[in-house]
Amino acid sequence: MPKQTFILNGKPVTVNVNDDVRVLWVLRDLLGVTGPKYGCGINVCKACTSHINGKAFNPCAVRVGDLKPKDRVTTIEGLNETVGKDLHPMQKAWLDQDVSQCGYCQPGQIMAAVALVKKVRREGREIRDSDLDQIRNICRCGTYFRIREAIEQGARNMR
Amino acid sequence: MTPVTLGAACRTYLGVHLEATRIHGVYMSFSSFDNAHSTPDTATAAAGLGRRSFLGYVLAGSTLVVAADLTLARPARGAVPSGVQIPELYDLEDLQTDSAAPTSQLITVTINRDGTASFALPRSEVGQGILTSTTMILAEELDLPMNKVKVTLAPARPELLLNQLTGGSNSTFSTYTPIRVAGALARQKLLEAAAILFGTTADRLTTTGGVISDGLGNNATYGELASSAASQVVEAVEVVLRPPSDFTVIGKPKNRLDARDAVTGKKKFTTDLDVPGALPTMVCRAPEHQGTPKKLNNLARILKMDGVTHVAVVPTGVAVRARTFGQCIDAIREMDVEWNPGTVSGESDSTILAKLRGQELPMVVPNVPILAETVETNVAFAFRSSAALETYSAIADVRDDRATIWAGLKVPILAQQRVAEAVGLAQDQVKVNVITSGGSFGHKLFGDHAIEAATISKAMGKPVKLMWHRADEPRQGRLHPMATSRVRATVLNGQVLSFEQRHTSVTSDFSHGLGEMITSQADELDPLGLGGLSFAESIFTLTQELPYNFGVLTQLLNEPLEFEDKFSTGSMRNIYSPDVCTAAELTIDQIAKKVGKDPLEFRMEFLKSERVKTALRKVAKEGNWGRPMPKGTAQGIAIHKEYKGCTAVLVEIDCRPQTVNRDLGKETVTGPRVTKVVVAVDTGLVINPRGLEAQMQGGAMDGIAMTLTASCHLRDGRFLEASWDNYFYTRQWNVPKDIEVHIIKSDSDTPGGAGEAAVGSTAAAVACAYVRATGKMPAYFPINHGQISFKPKSFIPPVPPSPTNGLKLTR
Repeated sequence: MPKQTFILNGKPVTVNVNDDVRVLWVLRDLLGVTGPKYGCGINVCKACTSHINGKAFNPCAVRVGDLKPKDRVTTIEGLNETVGKDLHPMQKAWLDQDVSQCGYCQPGQIMAAVALVKKVRREGREIRDSDLDQIRNICRCGTYFRIREAIEQGARNMR
Repeated sequence: MTPVTLGAACRTYLGVHLEATRIHGVYMSFSSFDNAHSTPDTATAAAGLGRRSFLGYVLAGSTLVVAADLTLARPARGAVPSGVQIPELYDLEDLQTDSAAPTSQLITVTINRDGTASFALPRSEVGQGILTSTTMILAEELDLPMNKVKVTLAPARPELLLNQLTGGSNSTFSTYTPIRVAGALARQKLLEAAAILFGTTADRLTTTGGVISDGLGNNATYGELASSAASQVVEAVEVVLRPPSDFTVIGKPKNRLDARDAVTGKKKFTTDLDVPGALPTMVCRAPEHQGTPKKLNNLARILKMDGVTHVAVVPTGVAVRARTFGQCIDAIREMDVEWNPGTVSGESDSTILAKLRGQELPMVVPNVPILAETVETNVAFAFRSSAALETYSAIADVRDDRATIWAGLKVPILAQQRVAEAVGLAQDQVKVNVITSGGSFGHKLFGDHAIEAATISKAMGKPVKLMWHRADEPRQGRLHPMATSRVRATVLNGQVLSFEQRHTSVTSDFSHGLGEMITSQADELDPLGLGGLSFAESIFTLTQELPYNFGVLTQLLNEPLEFEDKFSTGSMRNIYSPDVCTAAELTIDQIAKKVGKDPLEFRMEFLKSERVKTALRKVAKEGNWGRPMPKGTAQGIAIHKEYKGCTAVLVEIDCRPQTVNRDLGKETVTGPRVTKVVVAVDTGLVINPRGLEAQMQGGAMDGIAMTLTASCHLRDGRFLEASWDNYFYTRQWNVPKDIEVHIIKSDSDTPGGAGEAAVGSTAAAVACAYVRATGKMPAYFPINHGQISFKPKSFIPPVPPSPTNGLKLTR
């Protein structure tokens, strides 16, 4: 069985599994990293949103064989380490706004939010309402309004 | 009889309940109406003459263990007045609470030697925040910091019978008093132990943050006193609860206690648990709704696939267990299965709707003057999926002599019974662990996932971690039933002479226990005139209340027998209310129009509940009702009264083409956008305002989805929806930019329900706003049900392929 190597939350990992297993299952079922959630398996609900090389991606839609050994995968569990703190400013904002209800979608929401802020900064601008409107992550508890408020707060503290 | 003779708390309610109070004048001397079935004890309490004491128990143990009876939730009821709608007096909350009463079971609080208090709550946390609110209640009575109060979810406790059901927004209402009694008793016993230690009396001691002091320099922590406060025998002790005026925790906004775990990925849901040997397991399901497997033709081929360990044909489909869920999906897609037809083979939305229409109960057609005008509403409500974001998931380890289950369950005792039946064990051989759920909305009332996982585990002889594919949920999972609601009102000279509503619905499945609770109450309910009604009709009668002075007012349900067992149904963040409320409030807008009145002015004139009027007035003021709005946009206003409380909602909607036709790319549905929501809620005593606000916000999102976008389509016995790109729950692009929640200060000293309160009123307000903005009265809800805006995913195989292009879509 092929050896799959990539960098997970700052540390290289190697897993024996076939190329075509999606990264979500490698993380959850083989490595026990359960922050990224299953909500659809077809890149629609975005509950598994994590980062690859600093950008948002959905591990349910990526074959593990398509990862390169130097690819840096960050899940919610490793987000704080990217800023060298206990909590990333976006996580802090999520706590301040008391966003979570059941909490199932929130790891994906936070990872999507962080990547969104970085993306608009790369475009040389700040978050707009129209950016928030385009976030696809589903929250079946309906925490959307507090998510919007948290992203605005988190963005202010991501400098 | 004039209001002047009444106590202050009662005055507010006089307008509503004059008829009731006239018959049973004895109630008039005390308390607010919602406490009208109070005993004289609480009457004196309300009059401020002294506080009622409750009985608690100190249990034998090496550390302090106190207990309270869950039957403390409600004082005995008085006789029931006539001439009012039943929910005004006795609603689903009472029913649930009273159903719990005969079980006489104890909940216990333990004071540990480390100074913490622990309590296993016999309810389920599904996101509604009861772990946090329960911690607050205990912290209040114990006078202990919240971080020293450890509340967990109790496993199935069969001795509690149906007192372990989380539903109908009942949890806080039914557990509030017993938990307080246990907390107060623990504090009292600790004070007594400290008094002995310090050589003083308990009344000279104070508690602060888990430390008892005599003010003379002697201090002891609860942890230090836990052993000496313990009892060697069971002792019944009277305690007095802290007066609400002394509350320092209850009523103050608190953030959720599990929030940090949720935002760091540490919060564990069922599929996150690592149970030895419980490998990922999924089920290949029939194309038709509730179809069953006949035969798997390629077992040998499936067993050879990568990662696959076991395959088993079970009643619900063909189960596969593998090293990863991804490999289960691959195996399901490869399976060659012959299927039996489902339970609604050949049926479609249109055929079911025609059958419902054919079964609508007739209107009574009251004897009204010939000049009276008639207003009619006739709307249909589509099937909707109750699924949470966490699909049905359960871990089962079934052995010859025992079984263990881990799952999100709101009625774990029933799941325990059904699992035992399914695998041929005695109930006490099945241990059911209740895991925090990734949402419920009615979904986790049923134990379908636990029963299926146990069946598979037994068939394979291995532990399994079962997870439903998303596609399984709308196609085979629990649906909110399709229904029609007809309303006919007659109006003359600006007065409403009659208002009749006939709700006709595909059968709602109440086998999760609410039905049994009703049975157990059937005799007691006879005075309310419920005798002879079915389970569903009883629940309908107990929950539906239209608090308007509309002359002859009847609301009746019919669930035709022909739909029995045809659909997998259940509640969805409320039972009947959102649909019933939407049809009623739309009609009220039409009546207002007919008599030439503004919708707000008309409601204020005809509402008979001051509590509702207060809420309505609040949203009208805060939402600036009547402000000029551009063409194609409008405000809508609606109320809903249920669960010992009420909500009023004002919304603004934008139905202009540039909004409706927004294009956000594939897999999205836009349509009209609700741009503003103002909610006013009166739910009695509020434990955690921040949690209540969150429940209102979430409920509003559900109401928007129900009216505008979310439904399932039945075609030839199959449901077309298979994922979130087909089933359009509210998404960010349809979220209002402005949501305000106003909590009305209540006279009530007990908490009401919150989880479902804003759904019906928001659904109705959005519908009313839509009609006002477009001039069109929809025949179907959600309003987009007529257009299918997606290509249905394949039925064979029943799950879509896993995409591979994720690296091209990084963002």
